[in-house]
Amino acid sequence: MSAELQALRARRHAGRKRTNFIALALSLMAMAFGLVWLVWILVETVRLGIDGLTLATFTQMTPPPQEAGGLANAIMGSLMMVGLATAIGTPVGIMAGIYLAEYGQKGWLGSVTRFINDILLSAPSIVVGLFIYSMVVARMHSFSGWAGVLALALIVVPVVIRTTENMLSLVPNALREAAYALGTPKWRVILTITLKSARAGVITGILLAVARISGETAPLLFTALSNQFWSADLSSPMASLPVTIFKFAMSPYENWQKLAWAGVFLITAGVLVLNIIARTMFRQR
Amino acid sequence: MTAILPADIDDADVPPSRGVKGRPMTNPPSRRVMAPWADAVFATLARAAAILTLALLVGIIGSLVVGAWPAIKAYGISFLWRTEWDPVQEQFGGLVMIYGTLMTSFIALLIAVPVSFGIAMFLTELSPSWLKRPLGIAVELLAAVPSIVYGMWGLLVFGPLLATYVQQPLQSITQGVPYIGALFSGPPVGIGILSAGIILAIMIIPFIASVMRDVFEVTPPLLKESAYGLGSTTWEVVWKVVLPYTKTGVVGGIMLGLGRALGETMAVTFVIGNMNQLNSLSVFEAANSITSALANEFAEAGEGLHQASLVYLGLILFFITFVVLAFSKVLLARLKKSEGARA
Repeated sequence: MSAELQALRARRHAGRKRTNFIALALSLMAMAFGLVWLVWILVETVRLGIDGLTLATFTQMTPPPQEAGGLANAIMGSLMMVGLATAIGTPVGIMAGIYLAEYGQKGWLGSVTRFINDILLSAPSIVVGLFIYSMVVARMHSFSGWAGVLALALIVVPVVIRTTENMLSLVPNALREAAYALGTPKWRVILTITLKSARAGVITGILLAVARISGETAPLLFTALSNQFWSADLSSPMASLPVTIFKFAMSPYENWQKLAWAGVFLITAGVLVLNIIARTMFRQR
Repeated sequence: MTAILPADIDDADVPPSRGVKGRPMTNPPSRRVMAPWADAVFATLARAAAILTLALLVGIIGSLVVGAWPAIKAYGISFLWRTEWDPVQEQFGGLVMIYGTLMTSFIALLIAVPVSFGIAMFLTELSPSWLKRPLGIAVELLAAVPSIVYGMWGLLVFGPLLATYVQQPLQSITQGVPYIGALFSGPPVGIGILSAGIILAIMIIPFIASVMRDVFEVTPPLLKESAYGLGSTTWEVVWKVVLPYTKTGVVGGIMLGLGRALGETMAVTFVIGNMNQLNSLSVFEAANSITSALANEFAEAGEGLHQASLVYLGLILFFITFVVLAFSKVLLARLKKSEGARA
C-alpha cells in the first residue's frame, strides 16, 4: 500500500517537474521570439538603409519616379514640424502636468484630466489627424505645414503631461514644505524647487515625445500632406519624412523604394538614439 | 516692478545639505516685494492647461460627430452592417473596415498575449539579474520603433517570406478540410488580414509585456516565497500565485495593447492590401481596416458623403478604442488600489 502511494507521489512529482520544465522552456522561447523581431527589423533596416544612403539623400529634393534624388525637403520638413510641435506642445504639457501634480491631486478636474489624458495617450493618432483636418484644413481650404505642426503638438501634450506629473510627484514633500516655510510663494516653489529637481525626468519625457512624433505618419497624411519641392512655407503643404516613406515604399519604382529605406533608416536611428539618450539621462539622476 | 530679488534665486539653488553658509544675517531680510498676482496667474495658467486637455477630448468627439453628420443622417446605425463601399455610386457602409479592424486586432492578441506572458514571466522569475535590465530595455526599444518601420518591413521583407514559408504550406495542408480550409484559402501573397495581424502582434508585444512585467513585480515577495517554501515549482508560483494576484492588471495590460492595435494605422495600411470587399472569411484575403481606409482615401475624398462616411468610421474607431482604453485604465487603477490597501 505504501509502495503504491510512494509511486503515485513520485509520478505526480515527475509530472509537476515536467510541466514546470515545459513552461520555463516556453517562456524562454517567448523571450527569444520577442528579441528575434527586434534584431531582424534592425538588421534589415540598417542593411537596406545604408545601401540607399548617399550624400545626395541629404542634398537633393525628392525625385519623380526613376530619377535620381534625395530626401532633403522631407528631412527639413520633418525637422521643422517636429521642432515647432515640440515647442508648442511642451509648455502646455508641462503646465497641465504641474496642475495635476501640484494643484489638482484631489479635485474632480484633476482626476478627470488624468483619466482623459491616459486615454489620449493611446488614442489612435489618425483620429488626431481627422480632428485637425476639420478644425484647420477644412476652414483654411488648404493643407498646410501648420496643420501638421498642430496635429503633432496634440500628440506631444499627453506624453509630456504624463511624465511631468509622474516626475513631480516623486519630489519629496519635505522639499516643498521647506521652501514654503521660508516664505516662498507657490509658483516659485514649483518653478525653482520642484520642477528643477524633477528636471531630468521632465526632459526625458520631452525627448520621448519628440521620438514618438518624429515617426508619426498618420496625423500628417491629411494635414501637412506632402510636397515634392523645397518649401519652408508653413502655410502650404509640406513634405515630411514619414509621409514620403509611405508614398515611396508603396510605389513600384525601385529608386523610390531605395530612398524609402534610407528614410526609414534615418528615422529609426533618430528615434532609437533619442530613446537611449532619454534613458541614460534619467538613470543618472 | 521687480518681482524677483537676485538673492532669492541663490537661496533656491543651494541644495538643503549645504545650508545658507556665508550669509550674514545681522538684519532681518527686507520684506520682499513679490508680485501678489503671480500666484494666481500661475495657478490659472496651470488650470487652463488642464482644462485644455479636457477640451481637446470634447473637441475631437465634437468635430468627429459634426464631420460624420451627413453619413449618420443618411445611414444611421445601419452603417455598421452595410457592406457596400462605392465612392462612385455614393453608397457607403462600414462593415468591411470594422471587420478588418476587429479581425486583425484579434489575431494580434491571439499571438501577443501568450508571448507577452512568457516574456514577463522570464523577466520576473527566470532571468539572471544582470540580464533583466538589458532585456527590459530591448523590449521597450521594440515599442519605440515607429510603426511605419514595421509596416515597410512587413510589406517588403516579411510578407514575401510569410507567403512562401507559411501560407503556401498551410494552404496545401488544409486544402479540402472543411471550415479550416476556407480560413486559409485565397491568394497566398503575404498581404492581407493574417499579415496585418502578425505585424500588429509584433508591435503590441512590447506594450503588453512591459505592463505585465510591471504588474507581476507588485506581487509581494512574501506570497511568492511562501509558495516556494511549500515546494511549488516556478510555473506553479506564476500560474497559481502571481497571476491570480495580478489578474486585473494583466487584463488591463492586454486591453492597453488591444487599444494600440485597434488604432494602429501605418503598420496595417502597408500590409492589409486595401481591398474594400468581404468575399470570403479567409485570413489570406486582402481586406481593409478603418485606419487604412482613412489613410488611403481621406485626402482624396471629395467633400460630401464620402468624406462624411470616412469620418463616421473614425468616430466608430474612436468610440471603440475609448471604451477599451477606459476599461484598461479602470482595471489597472483597481490593482494599484488593492496594492495600496495591502501595503
